[in-house]
Amino acid sequence: MSIWEYANPVKFMRTSGAILPFAVAGAVVCTVGGVVWGFLTPDDFRQGSTVKIVFLHVPAAMMAINIWVMMLVASLIWLIRRHHVSALAAKAAAPIGAVMTLIALATGAIWGQPMWGTWWEWDPRLTSFLILLLFYLGYIALWASVEDVDSAADLTGVLCLVGSVFALLSRYAVLFWNQGLHQGASLSVQSGERMSAIYRYPLYLSMLGFLLLFVALVLIRTRTEIRRRRLAALQAREMRA
Amino acid sequence: MSLLAVHDLAVSRGGLRAVEGVSFTLNAGEALILRGPNGVGKTTLLRTIAGLQPATAGLIEMAEDAVAYAAHADGLKGALTVAENLRFWAQIFGGEVGAALAAMDLEALADRPAASLSAGQKRRTGLARLLVTGRPLWVLDEPTVSLDAASVARFGAVLRGHLAGGGAALMATHIDLGLEGARELDLTPYRARPGRAEKPAGFNEAFG
Amino acid sequence: MLALLTRDLRLATRAGGGFGLGVAFFLILCTLVPFGVGADTSALRPIAPGILWLGALLACLLSLDRIFALDHEDGSLDLLATAPLPLEGTVAIKALAHWITTGLPLIAAAPLFGLLLHLPAEAMPWLVISLLIGTPALSMLGAFGAAITVGLRRGGLLLSLLVLPLYIPTLIFGTELIRRAVASGDPTTPLVFLAGITAGVVALIPFAAAAALRVNLR
Repeated sequence: MSIWEYANPVKFMRTSGAILPFAVAGAVVCTVGGVVWGFLTPDDFRQGSTVKIVFLHVPAAMMAINIWVMMLVASLIWLIRRHHVSALAAKAAAPIGAVMTLIALATGAIWGQPMWGTWWEWDPRLTSFLILLLFYLGYIALWASVEDVDSAADLTGVLCLVGSVFALLSRYAVLFWNQGLHQGASLSVQSGERMSAIYRYPLYLSMLGFLLLFVALVLIRTRTEIRRRRLAALQAREMRA
Repeated sequence: MSLLAVHDLAVSRGGLRAVEGVSFTLNAGEALILRGPNGVGKTTLLRTIAGLQPATAGLIEMAEDAVAYAAHADGLKGALTVAENLRFWAQIFGGEVGAALAAMDLEALADRPAASLSAGQKRRTGLARLLVTGRPLWVLDEPTVSLDAASVARFGAVLRGHLAGGGAALMATHIDLGLEGARELDLTPYRARPGRAEKPAGFNEAFG
Repeated sequence: MLALLTRDLRLATRAGGGFGLGVAFFLILCTLVPFGVGADTSALRPIAPGILWLGALLACLLSLDRIFALDHEDGSLDLLATAPLPLEGTVAIKALAHWITTGLPLIAAAPLFGLLLHLPAEAMPWLVISLLIGTPALSMLGAFGAAITVGLRRGGLLLSLLVLPLYIPTLIFGTELIRRAVASGDPTTPLVFLAGITAGVVALIPFAAAAALRVNLR
């Protein structure tokens, strides 16, 4: 049996239905656990208690990018292999990605206020996330505007491809345009100043929680999309008969 | 020499197969008229053969760049004159304007802007474009809409001339164009049966 | 190919073609800016390159939906798709026609409007150069957006939402080119990036736009 068998709607519904309870439970446990554990960590000597927002900010930012990558992969699978569930999964993921981007931006602003003394700074990272949000909005708007689902799936797939290139391009253009005051990546291996372990482990847990949260949400939304397509298909057949 | 050979063709509209299992060949000098009730898939089949949409299943065999397509919209630019409109298509396809103007009785209108033409005159210009393309296989979707009786007869003559000159025509029409020996193909028996297909035509079949 | 280009140019310059609307919009924008930010040279001069680029970008956006919509309505697009031209070539030619009828007049008008905004004289040539290199990418990306939204009834707003984020890198490098040229006299880096983006866009986007058109034609 090949992996593509799972792209069959019936099989997808069965498999995803079995996975879903575990994903939901894992998402709740890990997210709540990670954030609460993070909240109980001691204050940072420089940033004080404000640092605790990192347990929301970093996982959301990570998922904002990863969800776009997942949409790109799903779109490629749709455009090349024509698996319908794949196109619906990309559609289902987009609003989640947009909300993750919003969370990253909002928590960044709330964190930036005490740290940088401003709610918004045209810092390369923040700006890149704002641009990513625009790409999410365009993608969602295109799905919403095209009535014929077959055309919508193809057009959004092409847009996702082109958008990915330009999102990446914008990232470097923004870096060129403004070197910011954002701190470097919190978990990067090369950086000399690494996050200490007491922050790192709750952060890992929170990241896992956000990942599972995404998996649970995208499964629920894809299942809803499949049911909606099933309904539309039955109506279309009725009208044709 | 067959200009067009269609094997076991299935075409779809709105994510559902319209007709399936259609096979026919069209030789030089032949005309084939598609019949069937509204919505059976005549337009979809013609657009598929013209290359405007992919076939859901089956095979279409023909020479590259053989098709000239004419449908409800004439593709005329109101700001350009009749001659300018045709000259543009002549440059694209590499054909002759003068003969086409004469054949469709458009010489008197040649310098009029297309916007000022009546519906029937626009239609005649649109059909004159077929001659301009110089292509052998005409795919026509209701070519006689808004034409008066005299123009229908004139177009019938043009079409007979095209067939006699080694061309072929595939069309959907309800009007008798006076083509002797034109075959008819009723699409009703080929209406696609609902049900799961090996390769779904679209979302409506994949989830049907 | 040439026939298509001359036809599009002729259509754009005849009555109802909308030729010159972009420049008029550009002028209005440049007139409104001092009312918003104040007429002081010290206020206008630093933002002049950005305003001029933004004005050109928005003026370019205005006429994008015409690239394919009219041909789609009257059926020409169906006929062009069955013509011996590859659809990618049709897209590229139509984008070129858009650039000639919209981009070039904007570039010609930009130094004049630069005077209104107190753009320093030494920045003028760089403004023209940056627009010359950058605006072809705007037209080509616009053609891509127009190809995606061609079948939609209210495609105009969606077109802006899809296309404007794609304009970000071009806008950044275009304005940065002028800024660096004036500040340090060495605009090489942004110049190379701007030209690179335009070259990449002109080479690759026709394929994406043609794919979108094929979807919308079926």
